[in-house]
Amino acid sequence: MQAQHIVRSFDEDLKFLANRIAAMGGHAERMVDQAVAALVNLDGDLARRVVADDAFLDQTQREIDDRAIFIIAKRQPLAQDLREIIGTIRISGDLERVGDLGKNIAKRVVAVQDNRQTVQLFRGLQALADLALTQLKEVLDTYASRSVDRIGFVRDRDEQIDAMYTSLFRELLTYMMEDPRNITPCTHLLFCAKNIERIGDHATNIAETVYYIVTGQQMPVERPKEDKSHRVVIGG
Amino acid sequence: MSDEPRHDSPATPAAWARAAGLRWLLLAALAAIALLAVAGVSAATVALALALVAGASLASVAGAATPAPQSLAGEAGSAGQALPSVDELAAAVVDPLIIFDRAGTVVHLNAAAGRAFPGLPAGASLALRFRAPEIQRLIDSVISTGQAGVADYLERLPVERWFRVNAAPAGERGSLFVIIFRDQSEVRRIDRMRADFIANASHELRTPLASVAGFIETLRGPARNDAAARDQFLQIMQAQTGRMARLIDDLLSLSRLEMKPFFDASERVDLVPLLGGVVDALSPLAAETGVTLERQFGDGPAIVAGTRDELIQVFENLIENACKYGRSGGRVEIAIDRAGADSGVDVSVRDFGDGIPEEHIPRLTERFYRVDADSSRGQKGTGLGLAIVKHILTRHRARLSIRSRMGEGSTFTVHFPPL
Repeated sequence: MQAQHIVRSFDEDLKFLANRIAAMGGHAERMVDQAVAALVNLDGDLARRVVADDAFLDQTQREIDDRAIFIIAKRQPLAQDLREIIGTIRISGDLERVGDLGKNIAKRVVAVQDNRQTVQLFRGLQALADLALTQLKEVLDTYASRSVDRIGFVRDRDEQIDAMYTSLFRELLTYMMEDPRNITPCTHLLFCAKNIERIGDHATNIAETVYYIVTGQQMPVERPKEDKSHRVVIGG
Repeated sequence: MSDEPRHDSPATPAAWARAAGLRWLLLAALAAIALLAVAGVSAATVALALALVAGASLASVAGAATPAPQSLAGEAGSAGQALPSVDELAAAVVDPLIIFDRAGTVVHLNAAAGRAFPGLPAGASLALRFRAPEIQRLIDSVISTGQAGVADYLERLPVERWFRVNAAPAGERGSLFVIIFRDQSEVRRIDRMRADFIANASHELRTPLASVAGFIETLRGPARNDAAARDQFLQIMQAQTGRMARLIDDLLSLSRLEMKPFFDASERVDLVPLLGGVVDALSPLAAETGVTLERQFGDGPAIVAGTRDELIQVFENLIENACKYGRSGGRVEIAIDRAGADSGVDVSVRDFGDGIPEEHIPRLTERFYRVDADSSRGQKGTGLGLAIVKHILTRHRARLSIRSRMGEGSTFTVHFPPL
């Protein structure tokens, strides 16, 4: 953990930022989890609550931005401290986006509500969401523990998420081709799947930021991109 | 509610009951302090003992005002009984217990907490690890008001766990706090298991049941006197009832797994004899399908953290699948790699059959997901085998990776984390 500064209140400033990130992280994780639960169970009430929850993330992000800028102006931090503060700004941005994506999933619950899709499809979405949420959880846990030496898991899972998304994409296309009446709900579900995949990407971004905060280096470059949905060809 | 039956002892002195926040630490200290109390030592001595429980070896954090633990232990010792240190007391508590300071920094955690929440060292921020809104509120309120509080906490991933979380200030100065997690997962899961089981069973049993009902109707009606048809129908019915039985077995097995408490990482298993046993047991089935099982176990033991029975189930499923779906390859390789991808042990099961289309690979571990429903049913598959495998491996903090190429076969690799 951090060495102490001569000025105690500086430590408190940094601690404040870290705690706000933790609060945002917990909130974002909960929102995504509930949004997907609302989608899978077609629970309109839960979906509306998720939409209302997003205000907290927006507000906390502004709070973090203000405080971070104030700290930079007042303390003129260097090296690790500066990285810590800049990192906080970036992570809060990513978490705010995660919240937006969660909210967007919740908003689509109403659109798919009266058109029950196959159970299997929802299982697929749930499995995709579980992967993305595990990614987010482990990345935020790494932010807490600062043990970046085993951060390689991020890559592997990012790859899995993309592969799973690609598979769901194909499945949804199949349903749309089978029956044009499926097109509206399936398009919504496709956006939901895309949102979940984006949440995984934001988690990966956060991992890169954490790596940078701790080591001062950029995470090694080879970032896998295995989104193959653009290669899916309809018909023969 | 008899929620906390373990500290219901009528012998508990009233003073202790008032310090409700400390109850769990107190409980652990009960045996140690009982002698003192019985011997009629003054209330001041008991208070001293309490201070020891709360703050002894935390002196460095709590500030210089806290007496040094050694001298306290010495005094207690003069009363004829050496008190255990805070570490020892915390270790005696079976539930995960974490002591933290006003800033929310972890000061001490017991072994159970270390097992339940790996990667949470002393000095880490509690709020950063427990980000759920209700836990954040609980920690905030206990620090700001000094009042004990309770919250329910669900950690859904990677393995679902429910906790009843108690937080309370410890010690007079209000500089330290204790948070205790009581695992409620089993109780919750039993409730949910019923609902899940009924939902899954009703959905998946309907098809074979409908077919059996249909054949019975035909046998009683149009095919009543047709011996050839009767024989054929009875055969189909037998296959369908067999499928229903297997489905129920697998569903029960999955439900049982989901009900188990979280995994104890201290158990050790040697994979060499374990895999040897599985291969021996499956050889008849392999011979029946025309597949030979090849062992490439290497030299020496391959020790991983794991539960024997569960790992047997994993490899039985993987090897059985390899025999069924890769039978055209004629052989299945089972290999142990002691320097695996996660720098732990890797076990791979490789077949040389038709392979699995790329788009299905990421979804194989979903319940009831089938690449080709007809061929899977023909192979007596229930659609749950890999879901069970994945569940067990998640509990073991191990990973499953699947590689496949059409026409060349598939490799299922289990990556165990290093010890």
